[in-house]
Amino acid sequence: MMSESEQSTPRAIVAGHGDFAAGLVSAVGQITGRGDVFVPLSNRDLSAADVERAMRQQVESLGLTVIFTDLPAGSCTMAARRLQRERPSMVLVTGTNLATLLDFVFHTDIPAIEAAQHAAEKGRAALAATGGTPGGH
Amino acid sequence: MAIELFRIDDRLIHGQVVVGWGQPLDLTFIVLVDDEVATSEWEQELYRMGVPPEMEVHFDTVEAAAVKLAQYQRDARRGALLTGDIETMTRLVELTGAIARVNLGGIHHRTGRTQRLRYIFLAPDEEQSLRALAARGVEVSAQDVPAARPLALNEVLTGDGNR
Repeated sequence: MMSESEQSTPRAIVAGHGDFAAGLVSAVGQITGRGDVFVPLSNRDLSAADVERAMRQQVESLGLTVIFTDLPAGSCTMAARRLQRERPSMVLVTGTNLATLLDFVFHTDIPAIEAAQHAAEKGRAALAATGGTPGGH
Repeated sequence: MAIELFRIDDRLIHGQVVVGWGQPLDLTFIVLVDDEVATSEWEQELYRMGVPPEMEVHFDTVEAAAVKLAQYQRDARRGALLTGDIETMTRLVELTGAIARVNLGGIHHRTGRTQRLRYIFLAPDEEQSLRALAARGVEVSAQDVPAARPLALNEVLTGDGNR
């Protein structure tokens, strides 16, 4: 059971290209009602320095230790790695998908860092390709 | 083959370059020209982590890149050369005289700059530098991703590219 205070406390940043973060967080909200666990951040039209500044501001003001990003090469990932250099205990998860975030929101009983590591495994396991049988339609 | 894209982008290696341009152009190497990055192992490692293992990344100072440009151009594979600002690309053009086209891919907001496109902000001296490049015969255009229409420098500077 989650308390009121837990429900309104962000535990991680979700950052990426375009509406990637807002879209995933919206989907988490629709499925679980817990979209407020995440702070969405877009790199749209921002320089690398601006992305880092925005991310740093959220990390410092909210005391966050987990960042989920989309592409390993993205400017959000680069910014997160720069923050991680100053905070080695911070966890960065790249290649984030919806399964990753859903797992994270349901592990509020363990530290965010551990929940992120667990969520990364879940997200990886959720990726699959099915079908494609020769002659199939 | 050789270097297919000479790009000015203050984010240097990032998604648009590695995936957006990398896939359709079949890029297999990137030359990142930046005096600061070229002397920082940590920065180099950061950028290396962002590219797939099959993609090679060279980190050069402007002077080193100028010396090696002919060698890069002879490479049978396709590559891209990136600088983080107009000044660096201008120095490279001046040192080599061998760059025919420059792509403006991302020059973002900073104090003193005026927005010209969604992803291009320019200070007066930067506009002057771009005009000087064009006057030398370099074809300067803005195009953030391959699917976008390339905008000639004149369209960028007049704001016509926003229409």
